[in-house]
Amino acid sequence: MRFNKLIGLAATASVMMSGVAYAESLTIATVNNGDMIRMQGLTDDFTAKTGHTVEWVTLEENVLRQRVTTDITTKGGAFDIMTIGMYETPIWGKNGWLVPLNDLSAEYNVGDILPAMSGGLSYDGTLFAAPFYGESSMIMYRTDLMEKAGLTMPDAPSWSFIAKAAREMTDRDNDINGICLRGKAGWGEGGAFITAMSNSFGARWFDENWNAQFDTREWSDTLNFFVNMMNDSGPSGFATNGFNENLSLFQQGKCGMWIDATVAASFVTNPKDSTVADKVGFALAPDNGMGVRSNWLWAWALAIPAGTQKEAAAKEFIEWATSNSYIELVASKEGWANVPPGARTSLYENANYKDIPFAKMTLDSILSADPNNSTVDPSPYVGIQFAAIPEFAGIATEVSQEFSAAYAGQQTVAEALAKAQAITNDAMEAAGYR
Amino acid sequence: MARAVTPRRKAINTIIAWLVGLLIFFPILWIVVLSLKTEGDAIKTPLEVLTSVWTLESYAVVQDRSDYFKHFSNSVIIALGSTLLGIVVAVPAAWSMAFVPSRRTRGILMWMLSTKMLPAVGVLYPIYLLFIELGILDSRIGLVVVLMLINLPIIVWMLYTYFKEIPGEILEAARMDGANLKAELIYVLTPMAIPGIASTILLNVILAWNEAFWTLNLTAAKAAPLTAFIASYSSPEGLFYAKLSAASVMAITPILIMGWFSQKQLVRGLTFGAVK
Amino acid sequence: MATQHSRSIARMMLAPATTLLLAWMLIPLIMTLYFSFKKYLPLRGGDLGWVGFDNYVRFISSSAFWPAVATTLIIVGGVLLITILLGILLALLLDQPIWGQGVVRILVIAPFFVMPTVSGLVWKNMFMDPVNGFFAHIWRVFGAEPIQWLSHASMPSLVMIISWQWLPFATLILLTAIQSLDSEQIEAAEMDGAKPLSRFFFIILPHLARAITVVVLIQTIFLLSIFAEIFVTTAGAFGTKTLTYLIFQRVLESQNVGLGSAGGVYAIILANIVAIFLMRIVGKNLDR
Repeated sequence: MRFNKLIGLAATASVMMSGVAYAESLTIATVNNGDMIRMQGLTDDFTAKTGHTVEWVTLEENVLRQRVTTDITTKGGAFDIMTIGMYETPIWGKNGWLVPLNDLSAEYNVGDILPAMSGGLSYDGTLFAAPFYGESSMIMYRTDLMEKAGLTMPDAPSWSFIAKAAREMTDRDNDINGICLRGKAGWGEGGAFITAMSNSFGARWFDENWNAQFDTREWSDTLNFFVNMMNDSGPSGFATNGFNENLSLFQQGKCGMWIDATVAASFVTNPKDSTVADKVGFALAPDNGMGVRSNWLWAWALAIPAGTQKEAAAKEFIEWATSNSYIELVASKEGWANVPPGARTSLYENANYKDIPFAKMTLDSILSADPNNSTVDPSPYVGIQFAAIPEFAGIATEVSQEFSAAYAGQQTVAEALAKAQAITNDAMEAAGYR
Repeated sequence: MARAVTPRRKAINTIIAWLVGLLIFFPILWIVVLSLKTEGDAIKTPLEVLTSVWTLESYAVVQDRSDYFKHFSNSVIIALGSTLLGIVVAVPAAWSMAFVPSRRTRGILMWMLSTKMLPAVGVLYPIYLLFIELGILDSRIGLVVVLMLINLPIIVWMLYTYFKEIPGEILEAARMDGANLKAELIYVLTPMAIPGIASTILLNVILAWNEAFWTLNLTAAKAAPLTAFIASYSSPEGLFYAKLSAASVMAITPILIMGWFSQKQLVRGLTFGAVK
Repeated sequence: MATQHSRSIARMMLAPATTLLLAWMLIPLIMTLYFSFKKYLPLRGGDLGWVGFDNYVRFISSSAFWPAVATTLIIVGGVLLITILLGILLALLLDQPIWGQGVVRILVIAPFFVMPTVSGLVWKNMFMDPVNGFFAHIWRVFGAEPIQWLSHASMPSLVMIISWQWLPFATLILLTAIQSLDSEQIEAAEMDGAKPLSRFFFIILPHLARAITVVVLIQTIFLLSIFAEIFVTTAGAFGTKTLTYLIFQRVLESQNVGLGSAGGVYAIILANIVAIFLMRIVGKNLDR
């Protein structure tokens, strides 16, 4: 016993010594989402284990994107680790701007990362960013309201069922909207939702020659279906609702259904913030019988910009933050429902996690998303709610602004689609695709 | 032009002025109120907000998450540094334009102002590359220089208008008495120019404090001022009104306090030559 | 008046500021011009060669260009109109003897100290949010459907937010000007039986002409490049894309520096047109 203690002390001391010897200060840029803020709060554990200290640059998503993109394209070197998504990783990896993560330690166990995630965060078979958490999208619905409407939610519903259920559940007098969906402009907000939805209607962004496809019947079906359903049973002002607005509405009991990121499940079932925590059910995102569902795939991941002086320490951090032991650390402090989901296979095999009500549906949603075959007709791009080409973010933001204007009734769906078509073709021409 | 009025009239004016003042100030007052509430209470109806419990919880959370004093001191250094550097550069220029005007003076002045109209974002990439080259990315000195240059046209113009109001005869008289240029500057000009310089400093500290494009895009962890601090609270997941309010109050309070204490100087000096 | 000696000293004193300003204006201007003739795509490897006037043609022929110019002018014009009208009324009010004048003055100038980002965020979330915003709560108290401020009334909302920020500035300058007005003149007019309204139009307003000119000039400079307020509220949606915002989208969202730079050149041209226009109309007031 005493001997053990001594060894323990010696081990701690040697870790500290080595820590002192190689102690670095890492600058990490990250997004201000709940899981990242939790990670920030647990930094002391990393410092205690490795001796490295961390300086956080926590920014709102849009500002973060703008900031890290400027820095990576100019090789500014302001950050040692950047938090980026599935959209940026392959593009940056292809340009050689990121350090390949092909030499992570054996105990980190790269093979445990969900294949969908490691696939989306790789370019040409090389992993360039490690997933901190991953998500798909799914339906979250109020079991009590569904019952009241006399309906039963199938595990894999169709859009026509969703539209019908939404109309049945809507109760304007009691401020209950059948369905809440994103309408907010921005490629990562409403743009992501409508793109994923359009896939299940057989639409696509580009044909195989990079021609925009907004003049097709599939897109007009998608948008008309969305607008009609939202006008009948959505909240007023849905044209400015994004993830956060809908989360707040759902938590306040004002939505019958909500189709959004799977990570929202832990927010809506948390009794501390949610008034409907014990009345939430889950189902796969709807389809239209065309073989493609309307769920997306996304990961927030940690990557190291090429050229950093602190590559070794940065890798240590990534191994710490995206490891199983980090998941256990969060579980011990905040409970299993709050661990970062969707990144590792073993989490879904963990007996403690099986009891979490949304665990299975999250995994099923992630597994049913395939970025390489996201559309009914063939398309030249990879990605579900985005196309992994550098021009997409700019184009899709402008297109989604036109869509939002249509949601708000400032123009017709046909006008919005015509403008989207022009914007997209114009930008693709400028970039030299057409 | 204030004149004596009847007490009745004064009372009516007082009530109207106070109502208008409170109306304009209300948004700031309201975020102070919301910052003292829990997240759950902050989204309720105004009546429920006012009657719910008061708490400092949000301030504690914000302070726990971000190092407020680091951002605060960066803001102070950047705002004061850029303003003072600007004054040092601008005083001689404004002085010479005001007292030794030439045909080109007005042209130069207008041109200086027009440099402020160049859209900043257009030159983000070139400036960013320049900063990397000079090794001053994420440094306070880099921001001091950039903000000084951005506000220099305003500083020069403000000083010029004050200096112009100083009657030239005084200088003539001083010169007659044998004062050299140095004495002229120190004993004659400076005392007369102090109110103008003071309000120029005040206005430019405010402008530099609130600048949110360069301060956000040229910094990372070390030199980030309060504008970056705000950007980490602007639209997170979940409820955020109380935390955003607390962060906002923390970001604007220092400059608000400075403004309040120096409002006499600001009011007296902020004329841009509007008064003749 | 000045001797040859002091003239040369004056030139020497002018040198540092003008040199710095010249550099500051010329370097970015030259860089902007340089990039505007290039195909420069940071995410595709950076500099891809010269393209002549392609970027200029593309920028101006984009469907977003003319609406952006119109939006810019509406914002500048709307804010100027509101701040000057309300500014004159406020200045007249604050000029009256009242109890607690200092405190009221502080309340009125406070918005000027608030960061544009903060003010945008506060108005968007705490006041204009159609569910949890202050206005929505008030509307519901009266049984009305809350207004979708930032989507259905996006431009008026934006003009209102920006006016709130700039009203103190206009008020302060106008107040200083009113206070410098000779009170005997007013009293004489009062004796002659001039009505308050005609006193205002024939004595006060002409006196304010110069101050109004200054307000117009300074505010126009700042309003032409307004950005943060739009970025945090509508992000350019619902017809609120100004020229500055359009350039931001081209440079940072679309990562097309060449195209954005061409836009920057157009923005400078627009700014100069506005400046010349202003000078023609109001500039003579400055020479008085």
